[in-house]
Amino acid sequence: MQSEWITQESGHVSLHGEWTLRYYRDIKGTLRQLGSISSSNRLTLSGFKRLDTAGATLIVELIGVKKAKQVSEWAADLPKEQLALLVRIAEAMEEPLDVAPASPHRVTDALATVGQQVAALWEQQRQLLGFVGLVLATLFSLLFRPHRWRITATVAHVQQSGLNAVPIVALLTFMVGAVVAFLGATVLKDFGATIYTIDLVAFSFLREFGVLLAAILLAGRTASAFTAQLGAMKSNEEIDALQAQGLDPIELLVLPRVMAMLISLPLLAFVGMLSGLVGGAMVATLSLDISITQFIATLQKDVSVTHFLVGLSKAPVFAFVIAVIGCLEGFKVSGSAQSVGAHTTSSVVQSIFMVILIDALAALFFMEMGW
Amino acid sequence: MVTTTHSQSEQHDQPVIQVQGLVNSFGPVVVHEALDLTLKRGEILGVVGGSGTGKSVLLRSIVGLKRPNGGTIDVLGSRLNELNEQQRSQVERRFGVLFQRGALFSSLNLQENVALPLIEHAKLPREDAEYLARIKLSLVGLPAKAALQFPESLSGGMVKRAALARALALDPDILFLDEPTAGLDPIGAAAFDQLLVTLRDALGFSVFLVTHDLDTLYAACDRVAVLSQKRVLVTDTLENVAKTDDAWVQEYFNGPRGRAAKHSVASTISKE
Repeated sequence: MQSEWITQESGHVSLHGEWTLRYYRDIKGTLRQLGSISSSNRLTLSGFKRLDTAGATLIVELIGVKKAKQVSEWAADLPKEQLALLVRIAEAMEEPLDVAPASPHRVTDALATVGQQVAALWEQQRQLLGFVGLVLATLFSLLFRPHRWRITATVAHVQQSGLNAVPIVALLTFMVGAVVAFLGATVLKDFGATIYTIDLVAFSFLREFGVLLAAILLAGRTASAFTAQLGAMKSNEEIDALQAQGLDPIELLVLPRVMAMLISLPLLAFVGMLSGLVGGAMVATLSLDISITQFIATLQKDVSVTHFLVGLSKAPVFAFVIAVIGCLEGFKVSGSAQSVGAHTTSSVVQSIFMVILIDALAALFFMEMGW
Repeated sequence: MVTTTHSQSEQHDQPVIQVQGLVNSFGPVVVHEALDLTLKRGEILGVVGGSGTGKSVLLRSIVGLKRPNGGTIDVLGSRLNELNEQQRSQVERRFGVLFQRGALFSSLNLQENVALPLIEHAKLPREDAEYLARIKLSLVGLPAKAALQFPESLSGGMVKRAALARALALDPDILFLDEPTAGLDPIGAAAFDQLLVTLRDALGFSVFLVTHDLDTLYAACDRVAVLSQKRVLVTDTLENVAKTDDAWVQEYFNGPRGRAAKHSVASTISKE
């Protein structure tokens, strides 16, 4: 048998040519055709054009580790580097190389996954409660010591998460306000009660949508930012550095963020309410023939300030939950890039979920109270 | 332990890297000005210099991560800034780079880290690539079970070894190492130096080694280039460089740490 890499005739096997990564698969195929060479065969290695680690691996596989380690005794005419390479590779292949991962078992694996998920969910809620407690304790301990308030950091976060979010919150609530007005007009027209569109928009935005939309936007926009910021600090050991210097990361990093959210979200909720009303008013004037004066007059007559207060009272709660979840997920990040991504996702999902859950519970509570 | 000149360097006199008149600047800050450097085939060239003299910038401009502001860089016979994207990729495929902090892909385990270039560039099937990757990992002295570990669970020394295995994945002609022994304990660092020399002798690559580590210079480097005053002040064997009449060089090689490193190498040699 004769090929580019191997010649075999009457008990004499000779290897030659270019044994490199480029031809790895071709050589492997050739060797597979050849089968194993019996030990009675005489083997010569004469002048490889080129030899690299991939090629050397194949040769060591072919002739066996033991023989390859003694290559200088029986193939002394090979160049020095090629001999050294073969010996090095043989040494590297001496250790068992196969590390098969534990064989998967479908049913037990599925059960185990369910168990792990439940345990992880429980652990997550426990950690969240613990963290809420920690943040509240730190908050109250600093409440009466204004010299330790981080005013600059807080203001910077208010700018990033509050001020910079005004345009998007205003635009979004404006559009939803218009949509609600259209929807109301369509349904109420059959009863000849188009004028109640004003009440619909006002009630929904003051009580629910203003604050809810602002909170959901901030959950997506700011919770993720907090997680990524703290996560990068965590993987860079900055948080460890703070702790090692006797500084409290909760006080330095978390409280300014929580405070900034507590300031920003109520203001944004207010912006959202106004902007939603403007959206409704626009639809009312342009397509329902309700004048602006009438719109405002109806608002004053029908809608009491309680609704506004009910809506706004939820904002600080949402703000606190979003900020705390964002920061906690940031602290949970471990070294890898994947971990930053996973925790950022988790923080957005969790905070939106919590915002909607709390909103639903609050709606129930306020209804029972008759507020 | 001080290496003999590699046999290949006698066969081919053409340098693998030839940098001429290199200029690098960041805004008004000029890092390199008319810098010349030569890397011979099969040698380990140690590049030293104080902090901020642009050692890493030089490495980055040779491997193509930073576009130089002037001058020419010839690598393996082709002029880098004149190549198109595809030709450049062909040349870069013959580089192996070990970054200062390892830069292992954190979402892949070690064997996948090493197998990635084999799959992407050499078009090997996954199974073959991972098999070769495990041999590479074993070659740099990592145990077989490490192959399935993720970078975050590794010690500093293991990260450096794994990163070296990845740099060696495609059997590069030139290996670029950016402070490979920084952050390793002396025993780990010495083992790394030894490993580098052994692999160089077996695989025959040339090494561009940026380092602060005097022991590495004594143990592994054939020649040393000193970066100072925005250029390469001198490139020569260690003994000759140490004799250079320059304040920084004298302080570096004949300061307390320099003398200690020299002494320890001298005593190892006499024991042998």
